[in-house]
Amino acid sequence: MTIAYRQAVLKSGLRAALSPLIAVAAALTVGALLMLLAGASPIAAYSALFRQALTTYFGFADTLTKTTPLLLASLGVLVALRAGQFNLGAEGQIYMGGLGSLLVGLAFSDLPMVIHLPLALLGGFAFGAAWGAIAGYLKVARGLNEVLTTLLLNYIAQYLISYLVNGPLKAANAPSPFSELVAPSAYLPTILGKTQAHAGIFLGIALSTLLTLAFAITAWGYRVDAVGQNPVAARYAGISVNRTILQVIALSGGLAGLAGSSEVLGLKRRLFENFSPGYGFDALAIALLSRGNPAVVILTSFFFGMLRSGANVMQRSASVPVSIIYAIQGLTVLFVAISLALEQQVQSPKPDS
Amino acid sequence: MSELESGLRLVGITKQFGPFIANNSISLTVPTGCIHGLLGENGAGKSTLMNILSGLYQPDEGKIFLDKKPIDIKTPADAIKHGIGMIHQHFMLVPQLTVVENIVLGSADSLRLNIKAQAKEITQLGKDYGLEVPPLARVGDLPVGIQQRVEILKVLYRQARILILDEPTAVLTPAEITAFLQVLRRLAARACTIIFISHKLDEVMAVCDEVTVLRQGNVVATRAIAQTNRTELARLMVDRSVEINTRPIPQSAGKVILNLKNVWANAAAISAQSKTHAILALRGLSLQVRAGEIVGIAGVDGNGQRELADAIAGLIPIQKGTIEIGSEAAAQQPIAYIPEDRQQQGLILSFSIAHNLILKAFSKLPFCRRWILQRAEIAAHAKSAIQTFDIRAASAQLKAGQLSGGNQQKVILARELAGEPGVIIAMQPTRGLDIGAIAAVQQSLLAQRSRGAAILYISTELEDVMAMSDRLAVIYRGQLVDILEASSATLEQVGALMVGSTEIKESLATAEKLETGVSPEVKALETNSSATKGKGERL
Amino acid sequence: MSSIDFLTDFLSACLRLTVPLAFAAIGGLLSERSGVLNIGLEGLILTGAFASAAVAFSTQQVWLAIAIACCAGALMGWIHAYLCVSLNVNQLVSGLAINLTAAGLTTYGARLLFNTGTVALPPLSSLPIPVLQHLPILGVFFQQDLLFYLLLLLLPASTYGLFHTQWGLSLRAVGNAPKAADTAGVSVARIRYVSVILCGALCGLAGAYLALVHVQFFAENMSAGKGFIALAALIFGRWHPVTTTLACLLFGATEALQLRIQAFGLNIPYQLLAMLPYITALFALAGLAGKATPPAALGLPYAKEKR
Repeated sequence: MTIAYRQAVLKSGLRAALSPLIAVAAALTVGALLMLLAGASPIAAYSALFRQALTTYFGFADTLTKTTPLLLASLGVLVALRAGQFNLGAEGQIYMGGLGSLLVGLAFSDLPMVIHLPLALLGGFAFGAAWGAIAGYLKVARGLNEVLTTLLLNYIAQYLISYLVNGPLKAANAPSPFSELVAPSAYLPTILGKTQAHAGIFLGIALSTLLTLAFAITAWGYRVDAVGQNPVAARYAGISVNRTILQVIALSGGLAGLAGSSEVLGLKRRLFENFSPGYGFDALAIALLSRGNPAVVILTSFFFGMLRSGANVMQRSASVPVSIIYAIQGLTVLFVAISLALEQQVQSPKPDS
Repeated sequence: MSELESGLRLVGITKQFGPFIANNSISLTVPTGCIHGLLGENGAGKSTLMNILSGLYQPDEGKIFLDKKPIDIKTPADAIKHGIGMIHQHFMLVPQLTVVENIVLGSADSLRLNIKAQAKEITQLGKDYGLEVPPLARVGDLPVGIQQRVEILKVLYRQARILILDEPTAVLTPAEITAFLQVLRRLAARACTIIFISHKLDEVMAVCDEVTVLRQGNVVATRAIAQTNRTELARLMVDRSVEINTRPIPQSAGKVILNLKNVWANAAAISAQSKTHAILALRGLSLQVRAGEIVGIAGVDGNGQRELADAIAGLIPIQKGTIEIGSEAAAQQPIAYIPEDRQQQGLILSFSIAHNLILKAFSKLPFCRRWILQRAEIAAHAKSAIQTFDIRAASAQLKAGQLSGGNQQKVILARELAGEPGVIIAMQPTRGLDIGAIAAVQQSLLAQRSRGAAILYISTELEDVMAMSDRLAVIYRGQLVDILEASSATLEQVGALMVGSTEIKESLATAEKLETGVSPEVKALETNSSATKGKGERL
Repeated sequence: MSSIDFLTDFLSACLRLTVPLAFAAIGGLLSERSGVLNIGLEGLILTGAFASAAVAFSTQQVWLAIAIACCAGALMGWIHAYLCVSLNVNQLVSGLAINLTAAGLTTYGARLLFNTGTVALPPLSSLPIPVLQHLPILGVFFQQDLLFYLLLLLLPASTYGLFHTQWGLSLRAVGNAPKAADTAGVSVARIRYVSVILCGALCGLAGAYLALVHVQFFAENMSAGKGFIALAALIFGRWHPVTTTLACLLFGATEALQLRIQAFGLNIPYQLLAMLPYITALFALAGLAGKATPPAALGLPYAKEKR
């Protein structure tokens, strides 16, 4: 390996790391302009946001709480992305995962936690995976693009949950639509006293590590990447592309389902109507921002979690509406897309066809 | 360089792609009404030069003069404005649109399309030049020869006076070629200026007035056809006097390894190109290939070659019949498949060379143990493959997309030929490669033949496939029309078979009729098109 | 309620619910026919809805509001075109970015502008056509607002435009074989820009209709998946304006039906009914599978000097 080649690799790696940062900075800048538009001070707002999200005990715990579902769902979207599939259905899969975990959580009351909790998580994974597999099946067997089917399935899942907690699953005498509490043996334990931060974050970090390893050294990761990079060549080499796609979309749905599980088993301990405030769509932004790298997802999710957790305090102390963070998130994706494109244009053309 | 009254002159055209110089200060003069040949091997820079003339590429340096005036060609629209029309090697037609729509696309000055009036106009134009086409047929449904007429009409409709034809005969049958060359002469007689790009010496000798030879982006020589000959042009084209006479040394073939009996298959859905040939597939094809034998498949593109290869490789299902593969050596990898499109089907361009080399075997020992990829094994394998197949790359970690075409093909060969395969399918394995790489590909296949592999060599280049084969099968509309001994077959004989033995007379008649009036082929298409017309606009 | 009354009422609801879908779907169809995938319809509609609400709220000028909605949609469309055509960004990612950005910006804008809560907007008055409006049942077609009539005009106009004009021919060529179109002297970039911007403008109209006619206020994410349903409709309608509009009518009718059933007080949970349009769209797509051929170059960026 020549030195020049090493340098080239290093350079492109640096650029890959730098451009998402620039994109985030640009989005925050536009966000600042929007705050000025509202007559607020961006400096005050941002410092309130980040101080709350990072430096206060409860704020930090809240950041972890918000990071957990984002991390799990993003891992799901990312796995699909590695196989060239756009899973825009993480939101629906979160709902179904929450349902799966709730059902397992309600079904048993005398199991030991070491059995009940994993079982409840598995239930969430299975429901999410099954929901994802619908889109996977439609793609593989009927040639339907996954983008639109996953989007439509989101609405169906959301209404389904809404129906269930208003009807069959509604807790007795509940004032508003929510279910009964799951059995304590299925709780994801709290990790910081007196806060809502729960052990779901460890699950996310563990899965992220596992996926990083899987893509780096296993034959499975190689297969998924081969299918994602050139499905035609993969097919010619004897790889079953359809099976891989189905498998990956199901796994993707399962991981997003775990995000729902963590909300139900760790945070709410029961199922609420509309319990996901758009985590599934944030997850897409996070996966894109992380460039398909499952380790980077931890950082990116944490950043998005921070925005969500600090926003309320920012609204109170700097009177900037919470919704500014949605604008910032959207703009981040926009700028990431632009930076990706510009980066491709910078790369030198091929020497020969 | 002589001053010319009217015509086209290029001066010092240079074009670089990154570090690769495709055109190096090329100058060229073509007087009006002259057919000028542009001769050169693949990669000599012919296509780049013509893409500059037609406005697809911008030259880095140099000037273009038309009738003594300097002109600037920034876009294809500019080229059209100056009366320069290009007929590309790969047709620039929209298969989903009709003939008329393709011809008038981008040309009209009015907002409204008047298909009926334009169809009439185009039919008349076609009659004038002996280029009949069915105006309302969908282009994707037409045979290649007719599609080419559409291409030429498209250019004539725009009143082009300068026609550039890039390898126009590559997709035509011998009979169609004869007719086509006559059309060119007729166009020249009507004061069209024609640049005829080819690497086929016979055609250039037959139709051109003058010829310029390119080699590695440089002009080597310009000659009047009357004052040169085949031998000289061949010597000019190739820098060293290479004899690519690869005709294999006769060897007695062994047992039957690959046995196809009455195979029927639908068109392959796996590669994008095959979509347009959805009608053609395999229709009761039988073939045997023995150990130590190369069987060539000759035929015009799109007659079922792709489906044949894909069916044997098990990539598409067969409707009827059997494919038996009996390999004596219990080879790990019974079938090696060198697909026709290196970049789309053969390689993952964003993967490293090392990872491309294990694409078929990545989940097996020694590359994978207990689900974990074995780095050391993979690296060692890559190192030895790079040496054995002479892949020119600084590192095995280099991405396949960074390699030249020849080296990409070598990576595929290294992967497919590993593990002593019993059956090898090579689909257009030398297409678009330079001479050195072609020799390397042919040598490795011949080595496999002496080892005892059964090889199916599919190519649309007649000389190529004849040179490599022991036996030569000709495919036409999904059937093998004949199987010949390659050593005794002649070019004319095979060429005639390529259009279907039963239809040879008819196609010759077509060629003659072109002189006088409407050909039966076109008439048949007219009726076809009116039948499909009923379905209306395909959505 | 008599059955005539019910039918009239139902038909009128169908039409009202179809109009925004159809505007967006025809817009999306133009974009996709030119080869630019547009999952950003949702965001474009939302942009139009917000822009029209903001202008109507501050000026009380309905027509100005509609014009601005059109422009705002076109502007967002231009961004999508810039990303997809000039920068060759992955068209899915770009559409997604449009959706997320539009959702964020409009939510934020709504908080700033309408912080008093929901505000009623001036309505777009209907323009009944004399005599015809009194026809039984069918009369509802003739007591609509101008946007509805505009849609009725848009249908033949877009069909004619696509299949009988140079522009339409170029558009279809660019969407199927951009390189062939380029060599024939058609500017691929220009055609795609125009199509995507037009798509944005039409989605802007769809949004304006939602905000000014449907509900007469602006609510966060009020497009509620209409953009995605429109996408399903244009696929189901096989990229043809007429069939696409019929598909929109089908989805509109499903939604109207679920609203009517709710109004009837039948004992079917509202959520299950609310799923209907999405389930219909899903089944429509699944039933169609393999039969619809999208434009051949859909989703593929076109780069000129690529070797």
